[in-house]
Amino acid sequence: MTVAEIYIAWMTIVRKEIKRFMRIWVQTLIPPSITMVLYFVIFGNLIGTRIGSMGGFDYMQFVVPGLIMMSVITNSYGNVVSSFYSCKYQGNIEEMLVSPIPNWVILAGYITGGVARGLAVGLIVTTLSLFFTNLNIHNFAIIVMVVLMTSILFSLGGFINAIYANSFDDVSIIPTFVLTPLTYLGGVFYSIDLLPEFWGLVSQANPILYMVNAFRYGILGVSDIDVGLAFVVITVFIVVLFTYCMHLLNTGKGIRK
Amino acid sequence: MSYALEIEQLQKTYDNGFTALKGISLQVEKGDFFALLGPNGAGKSTTLGVVSSLVNKSQGKVRVFGHDLDIDLSKAKQLMGIVPQEFNFNRFEKVIDIVVQQAGYYGIPRGEAKARAKQLLTQLGLWQQCHQAASTLSGGMKRRLMIARALVHRPQLLILDEPTAGVDIELRRSMWEFLQQINAQGTTIILTTHYLEEAESLCRNIAIIDHGHIVEDTSMQALLRQLHTETFILDLAEAVHTLPQQTGYSACLLNPHQLQVTISRQQSLNEVFTALSNMGVHVTSMRNKTNRLEELFIDLVQNNQTGLRGV
Repeated sequence: MTVAEIYIAWMTIVRKEIKRFMRIWVQTLIPPSITMVLYFVIFGNLIGTRIGSMGGFDYMQFVVPGLIMMSVITNSYGNVVSSFYSCKYQGNIEEMLVSPIPNWVILAGYITGGVARGLAVGLIVTTLSLFFTNLNIHNFAIIVMVVLMTSILFSLGGFINAIYANSFDDVSIIPTFVLTPLTYLGGVFYSIDLLPEFWGLVSQANPILYMVNAFRYGILGVSDIDVGLAFVVITVFIVVLFTYCMHLLNTGKGIRK
Repeated sequence: MSYALEIEQLQKTYDNGFTALKGISLQVEKGDFFALLGPNGAGKSTTLGVVSSLVNKSQGKVRVFGHDLDIDLSKAKQLMGIVPQEFNFNRFEKVIDIVVQQAGYYGIPRGEAKARAKQLLTQLGLWQQCHQAASTLSGGMKRRLMIARALVHRPQLLILDEPTAGVDIELRRSMWEFLQQINAQGTTIILTTHYLEEAESLCRNIAIIDHGHIVEDTSMQALLRQLHTETFILDLAEAVHTLPQQTGYSACLLNPHQLQVTISRQQSLNEVFTALSNMGVHVTSMRNKTNRLEELFIDLVQNNQTGLRGV
């Protein structure tokens, strides 16, 4: 395929993906927004006022970047895993497999779809958060980079989950038993400085901690970890997961007999 | 001779150890209308799956218009259109979107894709349903949608895996006409079907596969010539209560108004009619007892199974 044809093929997947989550916006865009508003009200307003400051900011300000990042993570992941698994389940994955689209373009198309939904929900949640607190922008470039890279990373994760999934139950296992605990323990609601030394060290093995803190740094200018290290960690994870996704696609795992 | 499809010693063993293809070889000429027949589980869909790259082969070579699938898969895919056995589109999407999207996967610009989709959906009688979700279509419409989708990038080789399964006879015939039309325009067609009259009336060449082996690969005419006898049912003008005396052919009275006659290939039907006429038996109409290809198909498959049992 020529570069122009590849671009058209990629855009076709992206358009299809965006159309899909926009068509079912009541399931894809509204629930995470409502959940986050509840977090803002309960953790930020009701409980947060009793907690006082954290990292030099009031609790609401501290928790908002983490909650935005949490919605980006879950929605990027959820979009790709549900969309790609549905494609497998209905068999329409074959539409792409019989066409000359290179595997990396299929992957790029789904990742872009996941990023688009992650950003869309992230934007909605950010807008809603402004009703509860003021957000400063410490470093816009870092904010954009971290959000983009994180949503790419979790879209790749969702893709791997979808390839291995054999039922709709398998689609929800990883988000429930891995993603949610890692997110909750990834410094969304607290600074790891509050943890005993041992648990602080354990927390540093959690990749989500780096994303949440780098994003918080972009907004508030404070972070529990080195932002440069956060970018290295995210990049390494992206490279590893991308390579693994390509391996799965090239060998036809879960999609070719 | 240049071929649309060449298969050499193709083998496929699934992860569960089942060997679906045991080294089949096959050649389909450019412009051919080719039938690949076989009983359920014979290996037809696996063969087509390997050709369309949905099934990973274990061994062997597949070339599409000279492009080796191992070397130039992308080019080979551009030349093929696939109509699978199962409905495999997103049933929540609109008919037009399914076809336009497929064109996009082949790198066809959106404007051109829409024009092609309109043309194909009109030809296949689906244009009025173009904004409906695919799930709302009838079974026949869904089959036609899959044909439109497979043709949107104008492939030179169209592979149809039981395209008329579950389709009523009227629609089936209109699909036959459509397929004959695109074949006449130069598209090579490979067809698998369980309707043997479909294969007989559409296809020029035929291969029969059974238990992962090709048991016959020849022209339709040559295959039909292998029939040694043919059985006809004759409808009689008046009731006959005793079997007419016959020479040179065998007959039996099915009921007072129907006579079953079996003749060898060397005999002419005229002889039978003359003999019956001389006996005062008048025939108003006649038909084959079974489809000719069906008789051969059953013979070949049974012979193969007997052979396999012997092994």
